[in-house]
Amino acid sequence: MTTTTPARPPKTQSAEELRARKAAARAEGWRRRAPLLPALIFVIVCTQIPFLLTIWYSLRSRNLLRPEGEQFVGLSNFADIFVDSTFRSAALNSVLITFGCVFAALILGLGLALLLDRPFAGRGVVRTLLITPFLIMPVAGAMLWSISMFNPSYGLVNWMIGLVGIPPVDWTSQYPLFSIVVALVWQWTPFMMLLLLAGLQSQQRDVLEAASMDGASTWDTFRFVTVPHLRFYIELSVLLGVIYVVNTFDHIYLMTAGGPGTASANLPFYIYQRAFLGFDIGQSAAMGVLTVIATIIISLLALRLIFRGLNAKEQS
Amino acid sequence: MNVAAPPETASATVHTAQAPRVKKVTTRPPKGPRRSSLLTTFTWVVALLFFAPVAWMVLTSFKQESAAASSPPSFFFEPTFDQYRNILSSDAGPYFLNSVIATAGSTLLVLLLAVPAAYALSIRPIKRTQDALFFFISTKMLPIVAVIMPIYVIAGQIRMLDNILTLIILYTAMNLPIAIWMMRSFFLEVPGEVLEAASIDGASLVGTMRRVLIPMVAPGIAATALICVIFAWNEFFFALNLTAANAATAPIYLMSTMTSEGLFLAQLSAASVLASLPVVLAGWFAQKQLVRGLSMGAVK
Repeated sequence: MTTTTPARPPKTQSAEELRARKAAARAEGWRRRAPLLPALIFVIVCTQIPFLLTIWYSLRSRNLLRPEGEQFVGLSNFADIFVDSTFRSAALNSVLITFGCVFAALILGLGLALLLDRPFAGRGVVRTLLITPFLIMPVAGAMLWSISMFNPSYGLVNWMIGLVGIPPVDWTSQYPLFSIVVALVWQWTPFMMLLLLAGLQSQQRDVLEAASMDGASTWDTFRFVTVPHLRFYIELSVLLGVIYVVNTFDHIYLMTAGGPGTASANLPFYIYQRAFLGFDIGQSAAMGVLTVIATIIISLLALRLIFRGLNAKEQS
Repeated sequence: MNVAAPPETASATVHTAQAPRVKKVTTRPPKGPRRSSLLTTFTWVVALLFFAPVAWMVLTSFKQESAAASSPPSFFFEPTFDQYRNILSSDAGPYFLNSVIATAGSTLLVLLLAVPAAYALSIRPIKRTQDALFFFISTKMLPIVAVIMPIYVIAGQIRMLDNILTLIILYTAMNLPIAIWMMRSFFLEVPGEVLEAASIDGASLVGTMRRVLIPMVAPGIAATALICVIFAWNEFFFALNLTAANAATAPIYLMSTMTSEGLFLAQLSAASVLASLPVVLAGWFAQKQLVRGLSMGAVK
């Protein structure tokens, strides 16, 4: 066998060669994986292990106020949640706050991005002013709104509506959800604006030019050229907005403390309350597990969307 | 028309000075200068309205307490630095120091872990790159509240409650997925020829990394650090639940200035200004990096 072709090596050699090649491939695989492992292990330890413990807690009855009663209770914590009307209203509040905030911030952000997507005197300054609410520490922003803006006696908002003859309103007590959403929208509109402005500015000018050459009106150009182009950016802003806003805790804790009663508690706040104020570990863990399941379902759909968008972008 | 012309030409010359805008000015059909200036005025009014709460906060921080909570609100007053002086002479120092330690420590640790990880997901990618990316981003969707109890219990058992190291570790875990995604987007922009040239030169992996790659993605590392700093500096939930007297950070200090009795608004405003200032300044000066960071590298 002196004339072996590389495509068809003799059988005696191939077994060894194959093993060597496999070993080399495995070594190469590990060499490639090595830089990733520290980060991967770190994230797994910090996020997955606590979550497994949460699942464990959710199957047990444990209340720090009643140390004697810890035992395995199966799914009864979950059964309790389904008859807990506060949990339902907190879940509803989560949805209302998240979608209310993301939707309003998206519309406002789009409007601002369109206003900024044209040259005018002081554009950089305007942009800087507009992004500032997003950079203010959220704790400071929440207290700024609940005290300086919405305070019933000396708040700026009541003073302003007083100028047009509207009697003062106790915003955070009478309209707690609305107040929270206003403060959140103020914080998140710049985020939406920045992403959408980047989208608008990545439009190809010759396409817009061609549209106006062909006699398309400004509205038609917006509707049929800009909006389809912006679709990826809108999807991205909504997805990221939902990821961040759904976990809102600071504003609720500081503006209304979930009140009056539990009227403005969202899921993170209600679970926190049950865990750290009620010391009911089993119940709060079960709620946490349910929240995660709901989040996974929503985010799987959303992530598929974003991966499609990213892959399309990387290919183009 | 002649009367209105000068402002238009003036604004056009202003913008030709900025190179990228030239095309836009010349290609767009000129709209009425009146409409344009109306739109500009409107934009300015909206921006000032939007900024007004921040301006009010800054204004209030220079008031005496009695003027801060007055009705009707006082716009004209004798500015005072009393509030800032009070804060500087109060116990605020340790809180801010803790914030600095937690932010700097976690950001450094994030970069140390994220840069090699992003390398393994872009330049010499592992087989299941998409799965790994998916895993990292999915941890950002895990509601923090669902894991706070076990973290609290574990930290209690290993005597790490009220310890700044705990915050450093948790902030690292919180920012690591974002940082990996961001760094990956920067690595993907490094041209393949550069890497080939380096490997032909016989440079080792670490050598390539240090001499070729890191300098090329340095702006990316800065942008990533900025985003990590913002999120770590502003974090409240972990700080609230896992710290007490020793490791409490600036957001906790802000909350503590709010007292149930007495006037506190001016003091709170001054503290808010001080606590927000580092991130506000960083964000102002790095607006472009901000966009890329917030979109985890997806928007350039």
